[in-house]
Amino acid sequence: MSVVPVGRLVDQFELGLQAPICLTWELTYACNLACVHCLSSSGRRDPRELTTAECAGIVDELERMQVFYVNIGGGEPTVRRDFWELVEYATAHHVGVKFSTNGSRITPQAARRLAASDYVDVQVSIDGATAAVNDRVRGPGSYDTAVRAMERLADAGCAGFKLSVVITRENAGQLDAFKAIADRYGAQLRLTRLRPSGRGVDVWDQLHPSAEQQRRLYDWLLAHGEAVLTGDSFFHLAPYGGPLAGLNLCGAGRVVCLIDPVGDVYACPFAIHDEFLAGNVRDPGGFTRVWRESALFLDLRRPQTGGACASCGFFDSCRGGCMAAKFFTGLPLDGPDPECVLGHGEAALAARTDTDRPRPAVDRSRRAPRRAPPRAPRGTEAVALEVIAAPPVHACDESPVAGMRGGQAR
Amino acid sequence: MLAQRPTPSAPGFDLDRAWRVSAGVAVRPEPFGALVYHFGTRRLSFLKSRELLGVVQSLAEYPTAREACRANGVGESELARYERALATLADSGMISPGSRE
Repeated sequence: MSVVPVGRLVDQFELGLQAPICLTWELTYACNLACVHCLSSSGRRDPRELTTAECAGIVDELERMQVFYVNIGGGEPTVRRDFWELVEYATAHHVGVKFSTNGSRITPQAARRLAASDYVDVQVSIDGATAAVNDRVRGPGSYDTAVRAMERLADAGCAGFKLSVVITRENAGQLDAFKAIADRYGAQLRLTRLRPSGRGVDVWDQLHPSAEQQRRLYDWLLAHGEAVLTGDSFFHLAPYGGPLAGLNLCGAGRVVCLIDPVGDVYACPFAIHDEFLAGNVRDPGGFTRVWRESALFLDLRRPQTGGACASCGFFDSCRGGCMAAKFFTGLPLDGPDPECVLGHGEAALAARTDTDRPRPAVDRSRRAPRRAPPRAPRGTEAVALEVIAAPPVHACDESPVAGMRGGQAR
Repeated sequence: MLAQRPTPSAPGFDLDRAWRVSAGVAVRPEPFGALVYHFGTRRLSFLKSRELLGVVQSLAEYPTAREACRANGVGESELARYERALATLADSGMISPGSRE
C-alpha cells in the first residue's frame, strides 16, 4: 500500500469539498448603522427573513454536513431577537460561531456571556484607529460604540476577541495604531480587504488603497506573520514576494459560500448578484443540494484556465485575485484583479469602455430603492462618504483559512 | 533492516502507546483525505490521504499507534512518514494519548 499523492491541497480545494469548511451567514439585513462600504447594502430588515425554526433547520443540516463553523454577520446580527438563541443552538449542535458586530449591543451582560462561551468568537468592527477616520465611513458615534464594546469584552475577561478592520485609503497609514488598540484590549487584530461589493461599489474608487499603500500593507503583514489575521483576503498581494499565511486561493463556491437573510445562497459574501446566486435553502434538497449540485458551484469548481493571466509568471501565487472585485469593477473574471500588484488591473480599469458596472442584487439601504438603483453619476461619489450610514463589514471573511496556522499533516 | 525509529522529525511522539482523536475534534472525510478541526483551538489540519484517515479514525481501537498503522496496511517502509504525520497531529492537539478500553 502506498500513500497516493494528491498533489497540492490548493488544487484539491479548487475542485471543491463535500461541504464548505466554513460559510458566512448573514442573519439579517437590518442594521442600526449604514457604513458607506457595507458589503451587503444593509439597513432595513427583509420581511421574508428566515424564521427561527428555519434557521435551526439550517444548523441541523450544517451539523450533518460537518461544517465546522459559521461566520455570522448581517446587517447587525445581534438585532435579531433570536440571535443568542440561534448562537446557542448552533454551538450545541457542533457548529462553531464567529460573529461580527458593530458593538452596539455588546452590553456588560452580553460580554460576560461571550467570555463564558468556549465555542463563540466575536469580532468588533472599526475602520479607523481614530474616531475621525472611522466615523467618516461607519457613521457618527460608531467609533465610541465599538470602543465601549471592546472595553466591556476586556472587562469581562473575553480574551482574544477580534478587532476587525477593512483596509482603506484613509486608514492604511494606521496599521500600528490598530495593532496598539487590539493589544490594549487583549484582542487579536484582523485586517481584510475592501471589496467593491454592496454599497462598496460606490466608494471603492476613492477608498481602495493606493498601490504604495498595498506594498506597505504587504510588508507589514509579512512582518507580523500569524499574529495578525487576514481571512486570506490579501492573496492578490502574493506576487510582491511570496504568499502570506493562508490558503491563497479564491474559495468562492469551493470551500466557502454565503447564506443571506432570506436563504439565498451565493458563491461568496462579496458576490451578492444574480450571476453568483446558486439557489435557496428553502428549495427542495435544502442547502446540501445547493452546495453539491447547483450548476453555478459545479462550474466554479472546474479547473480554471487563468485567461489573460495565464501567461503571467505570478499566476500560480495570486490565482487571478478576487472574483467579486473583478466583477463589480466591471473587469472580466478571467483577467487581472483590479488591484493586481503588477499594475495590470489599473490598465484594465482604464481600458474599460463600458462604465455601466454591475449593481448588487440586493439593496436594503435605508432611504433607498430596494433593487438596483442607478449608479451615482461619476463625480458625485464623494458625497456618499459624507452621508454616512453603516453595518459591520466583516469580511468573509473567514475564508477557508481563517484559523488555519500550518499544522498540515502529510 | 535498520530500525526506522526514532525519526528525527517526530521527536517525542511515541508510536508504541495508545492514541485517540482528541475530545472537541471533528474529522470530516473528503476525497483527498480529510479535514480535521479542533473546536477549542480553532485550528484546521488536513489529512492528505484516505489511508492516513483510516489510521486516525481507528487509533482508539488499538493499543498502540503502530498497530493501528499495521492494521490499515501501512508497511514498514512507510511507517516513518505516518509517524511524522501523527506527531504533527499530536503537536497541534488533534490526537491525544489514550488507553485502550
